[in-house]
Amino acid sequence: MGKTFAEKVLGKSAGESVSAGQVVIVEPHFCMSHDNAAPISKTFKKIGVSKVWKPDHLVFILDHAVPAPTDKHAENHMQIRAFVKEQGIKHFYDVTSKGGVCHQIMCEEGFALPGLVMVGSDSHTCTYGALGAFSTGIGRSEMAGAWATGQIWFRVPESLKINVTGKFKKGVSAKDLILKIIGDIKADGADYMSVEFHGPAIEAMSIAERMTLCNMGIEMGAKNAVCPPDKKVLDFIGPIAKTDAWEALWADDDAVYAQVLNYDLGDLEPCVAKPHTVDNYAPVSEVKGTQIHQAFLGSCTNARIEDLREAAAVLNGKEVAVRTIVIPASWSVYRQAMKEGLFDVFLDAGCVIGNPGCGPCMGNHEGILAPGETCISTANRNFKGRMGNKESNIFLASPMTVAASALKGEISDPREVL
Amino acid sequence: MDKTILRGKAWVFGDDIDTDLIYHNKYLAETDPKNMPQYSFEYLPGKENFAKEVKEGDFVVAGTNFGCGSSREHAVYCLKYAGVPVILAESFSRIYYRNAINNGYPVLFVKGLSQAIKDGKIKDGDELEVNLLKGEIKDVTSGNTFHGDAVADLEKDIMKAGGLIEYLKEKAAKK
Repeated sequence: MGKTFAEKVLGKSAGESVSAGQVVIVEPHFCMSHDNAAPISKTFKKIGVSKVWKPDHLVFILDHAVPAPTDKHAENHMQIRAFVKEQGIKHFYDVTSKGGVCHQIMCEEGFALPGLVMVGSDSHTCTYGALGAFSTGIGRSEMAGAWATGQIWFRVPESLKINVTGKFKKGVSAKDLILKIIGDIKADGADYMSVEFHGPAIEAMSIAERMTLCNMGIEMGAKNAVCPPDKKVLDFIGPIAKTDAWEALWADDDAVYAQVLNYDLGDLEPCVAKPHTVDNYAPVSEVKGTQIHQAFLGSCTNARIEDLREAAAVLNGKEVAVRTIVIPASWSVYRQAMKEGLFDVFLDAGCVIGNPGCGPCMGNHEGILAPGETCISTANRNFKGRMGNKESNIFLASPMTVAASALKGEISDPREVL
Repeated sequence: MDKTILRGKAWVFGDDIDTDLIYHNKYLAETDPKNMPQYSFEYLPGKENFAKEVKEGDFVVAGTNFGCGSSREHAVYCLKYAGVPVILAESFSRIYYRNAINNGYPVLFVKGLSQAIKDGKIKDGDELEVNLLKGEIKDVTSGNTFHGDAVADLEKDIMKAGGLIEYLKEKAAKK
């Protein structure tokens, strides 16, 4: 009987053959924390261990509120800098032009690597599966424990296999696929499970598209989500890998799955997640004409150069009808967009461009909504009040749909403007 | 009275109660758990009065996927420090479940609870009797009974120690 991806990676890490349901204690490789490294460092001090187990395994990336919008945030950042110094942590991305959204940095800086067990004190840590890592979000106490001991417990998860075939039609993208999947199996449809994306359509996808898929694994309850570590992945990580401890591991053909789903990209159409849950799927045709007050193109889900290009193609030579906030996922994406002239397209269209970071995604700053307002966003969550006001509404959509909607001031079908 | 049998009032919630509804991201910069209960469920329509009115010993009763969304531990602390002794739900999101266990905070997986809530078999304000060891739940007001699954061995050890940090401290001390 073959093994799933999760069984292989956790088995390798535990040093024994494991199957779904078994509890293993393993040593994680890279452990990522963002602004919450501050409270975690306080919890860490309570354990009674003076030094973290391996300073080179810790990666800190400030992104949730950068530059600090309040004195409380500033104080958190200050504590992190002190801890970095005290513990000799070299992988620290402060508020500089080397930084960006944590998950983007983990992938573009060569931390996310095939076959590594990785954890992050952020639920969207599942993003690194796009590069073949077994990566999952954990809480703060658990992260403090990992820093102290270099150990973490996992129940080897059951796996959900999603086979994807076919080609996207014009105006349809990876975001539409993942919103459709979550709409079908619901917010708890993959609870505790390892989600594996298979099939020719996944292999045809860029790393950016795979990151969009894996990023939203948590929105269906998954422990992790992963794409095959194919040649595209190996070419991507080749020049940037931060360690050679990785290994391209993938599921056996005869692995056992809790469930198997099949999707054909040709069946998909542009869609949204309606307020206030991510699984509240609707094709754009159903909500077309809904008035919006703000459009947000950003976040760890959809703010890579590929996403900005798609949005710019829609906006090129036109003007937005509502305030439109563009926040590239990292400073390297920012620079690339600038070089390609995308900023001219955005600025000519009337958009504002923010500094890389999480921006208004979770209501910290840079685009909080007023009561009664509606935002269409490329982010991953539309929970009530997520963008800072509980009387506001959020629709989630692809960069193309967000851009098309920004032009009209109402939810619009990108196929009509492309 | 036996400390494993708890009595209190039910606060009843539906399915997919996300972490922003339990503890909104607006208050994430707060780092002292004792200050967190005042913000519990502030963004959940119909439950805005929870933080003010919840009494020590009251239960949180929910359907499927309780605590979905963010990894914030605030969503566990705000209930633990409000004096809610255990959360009863049909299922929990993975990270929420781990956060609860790692803070020595008991949760019970209760089969059929989501439908029972929808059918009005367990309602806001009902008086509950919960036997934590046996996983037995009795709704004294309605007379209905439910059964919860206790947690597995490793989780039990962590809970016994009072949470992950205490568990690790004990292990470190033994070395």
